[in-house]
Amino acid sequence: MKKKMAFAAALLAATVLGGVANAKTLVYCSEGSPEGFDPGLYTAGTTFDASSRTVYNRLVEFKHGSTELEPGLAESWTISDDGLEYTFKLRQGVKFQTTDFFTPTRDFDADDVIFSFERQLKADNPWNKYVAGASWEYSAGMGFPDLIKSIEKVDDHTVKFVLNHPEAPFMADLGMDFASILSKEYADKLQADGKLEQMNQKPLGTGPFTFVAYQQDAAIRYKANDSYWNGKPKIDDLVFAITTDASVRRQKLEAGECQIYPYPNAADVQALKDNKDLNVEEQAGLNVAYLAYNTLVAPFDKAEVRLALNEAINKKAIVDAVFEGQAQVAKNPIPPTMWSYDDSIKDDPYDPEAAKAALEKAGVKDLKMKIWAMPVSRPYMLNARRAAELMQADLAKVGVTAEIVTYEWAEYLKRSSDKDRDGAVILGWTGDNGDPDNFLDTLLGCTAVGGNNRAQWCNKEFDDLVKKAKQTSDQAERAKLYEQAQVVFKKEAPWATLDHSKVFMPMSKKVVGYTQDPLGIHRFDNVDIAE
Amino acid sequence: MFKFFIGRLLVLIPTFIGVSIIAFSFIRLLPGDPVMLLSGERVMDPARHAQIMHELGMDRPMVMQYLSYIGGILHGDFGTSIVTKQPIIQQFFALFPATLELSLCAILIAIVLGIPAGVFAAIKRGSFFDQSVMGAALVGYSMPIFWWGLLLIILFSGILRWTPVSGRIDLLYFFPSVTGFMLIDSLLSGQKGAFTSALSHLILPAIVLGTIPLAVIARQTRSAMLEVLSEDYVRTARAKGLSPFRVVGIHALRNAMIPVITTIGLQVGVMLAGAILTETIFSWPGIGKWMVDSVFKRDYPVIQGGLLLIAGIIMIVNLIVDLLYGLVNPRIRY
Repeated sequence: MKKKMAFAAALLAATVLGGVANAKTLVYCSEGSPEGFDPGLYTAGTTFDASSRTVYNRLVEFKHGSTELEPGLAESWTISDDGLEYTFKLRQGVKFQTTDFFTPTRDFDADDVIFSFERQLKADNPWNKYVAGASWEYSAGMGFPDLIKSIEKVDDHTVKFVLNHPEAPFMADLGMDFASILSKEYADKLQADGKLEQMNQKPLGTGPFTFVAYQQDAAIRYKANDSYWNGKPKIDDLVFAITTDASVRRQKLEAGECQIYPYPNAADVQALKDNKDLNVEEQAGLNVAYLAYNTLVAPFDKAEVRLALNEAINKKAIVDAVFEGQAQVAKNPIPPTMWSYDDSIKDDPYDPEAAKAALEKAGVKDLKMKIWAMPVSRPYMLNARRAAELMQADLAKVGVTAEIVTYEWAEYLKRSSDKDRDGAVILGWTGDNGDPDNFLDTLLGCTAVGGNNRAQWCNKEFDDLVKKAKQTSDQAERAKLYEQAQVVFKKEAPWATLDHSKVFMPMSKKVVGYTQDPLGIHRFDNVDIAE
Repeated sequence: MFKFFIGRLLVLIPTFIGVSIIAFSFIRLLPGDPVMLLSGERVMDPARHAQIMHELGMDRPMVMQYLSYIGGILHGDFGTSIVTKQPIIQQFFALFPATLELSLCAILIAIVLGIPAGVFAAIKRGSFFDQSVMGAALVGYSMPIFWWGLLLIILFSGILRWTPVSGRIDLLYFFPSVTGFMLIDSLLSGQKGAFTSALSHLILPAIVLGTIPLAVIARQTRSAMLEVLSEDYVRTARAKGLSPFRVVGIHALRNAMIPVITTIGLQVGVMLAGAILTETIFSWPGIGKWMVDSVFKRDYPVIQGGLLLIAGIIMIVNLIVDLLYGLVNPRIRY
């Protein structure tokens, strides 16, 4: 039956989609609708999968399946000794896609690079506010407006970025989705026609797939970019079938209506693995979930109290209950797949007796505290309420009374960063660019207190190490600094590190060449469908 | 009749204003703000937050925001989505045909099955048929749509493979949208098999969405028929020797239809609520799914605009229902 269906599907694909003999179509059951197609405007992975990872390229790219960088639209680059000037030699002969809405007349060059960044940085650029409420969230989040002094065109194929201060993670930032390169020629045409908003609806770039059509909330269609500089993709057509419910995505995969889908329900993973027609790829996610104490409020301002509470929490039980074992207990604030991860660090043992004694020694009696449980499920924490309940029971064993509180998600995010917040908060993070700085400074640095630093923890020793690493360009040297920072973190325990979850990708056995990316992006340029 | 029509139209104005106030303030009562959600887990700098709120005009007093919103609507401008940055009206009318197509099919199923079931249950009052139809109606009415939808998908799409799992048409068919109604567009496209594919995609969601209205219509028809069947004129009709078909089908049913039509009209509102869940399960790209996504993202303009447009449609449907009374029962005069 399945064979018959696949044959019929292939036959239909061949006759319907342009009449190409043996056209290969990959249908990806995506988890949601893209917010738009200009990756600079958004922060959601769903949007990036549909825009930056299909249609666009960046100066540097993350290697498939890793957080290592490789040349993208820039063939090579040099960094000045003071770490302030980055000069990129651009790849020549790169063509923008030809579509039914635009035919480019020139190849990719320095003007495209400058356009792509300046529209995000300069308020007087006509593209800065080209759609209502345009805010360049990632560019702002990575500090680009303060970091970048200027972007200069040295010649048609050379661009120089001048920074205000040295910033080692800058190269990794350029591999991120918001740093995608758009066509200035296309932009000029849209501007001349007074159709600026089309940039966010009909994308055009240099990437592996050419945008064909978006049927709102239903499907996105792409075709392979025949003139892709990195080699034409092996499939001919790519379709994103938007399917928001994970149970329905599973049904669609099993019925052959799509060949691959992301974010399966944890409860479905075993059944999917048992299905002989399917493969389930798994990978450690580049994420961490934590319980952040408010280190500004007594008695959580004392490291010994925080350490004692960490010892009281049975993390293994949480991982088993919430993830059905599909995650690993976290001991460091960065995930194990990230460079500079210090595996020699010993985790706080689960030892209620020792915890009780330590609390008594610290003079803490009849402690009452709040645990904040997130109202939503995230890849790093599928069920915060359940996790909080388990912690509550664990803490009760050492004489600590914990009350579970929660708020609506936006409110939760806002209130949890208040400096005078009452209680310890469950939250987490998924890496943006594979750089340890993106965890250690973003979540635990002194400048992030009152913001992303939910522990409100400002430790000079830790902060100096992280800041120094940020300004050092040698990766081996940076790794050493980050390892030391992890030791300080463990000693000071601003968080109880909870878990690093695994990410699963179920697919038909016919799908070959798919590599999972630690950054959580979904790319199909290397994918093929076996006959 | 004309006077009545104008009168009813005038009543719509204060209703519409009331709905607009509720739609506008309701979403703002929810905690959280849309700007905060733009940056995800990353905390937005307060100065930047204030600046974006200002750019969106959301830092002004509520009354001012409301007045400028109403001003926009009077000019046909329902605002722009904070998330997709696209005009609300454009998105609404791109998605509405999908919801309308689904709802029409659902109500059609509900009427075609519900009225005869109710009539026969009334005629055979107390019989096994009556008991089972009313029992089934009670179950149908109480069934959580989400669960019911998944159950049907697992049975008909998963195990039996009779129907596709979700979507409006097989993704291998691709043609421009002319009317927005997939059944019509698939016929217009001339592509072989497209119509059958569209129809097979429509069946399950239409059954799921039609289940509650079907149950309500069947129960309402039954009770209305029971009342009418005990009237003197029915007895007279029977006494003068009319065939049972004429008695029930013409004399009784027509009079019983008044409350049934009211019920059908009211079910339109119920269906739009049901469409939210049905569309989410079946990945049906309609306004229900669109509104739910917007609530999670606190996309105020979409929720306000969507609610207003839906309320407008329900008001018009109610008006049509009122006018229909006259056609069904000539004794009703305006």
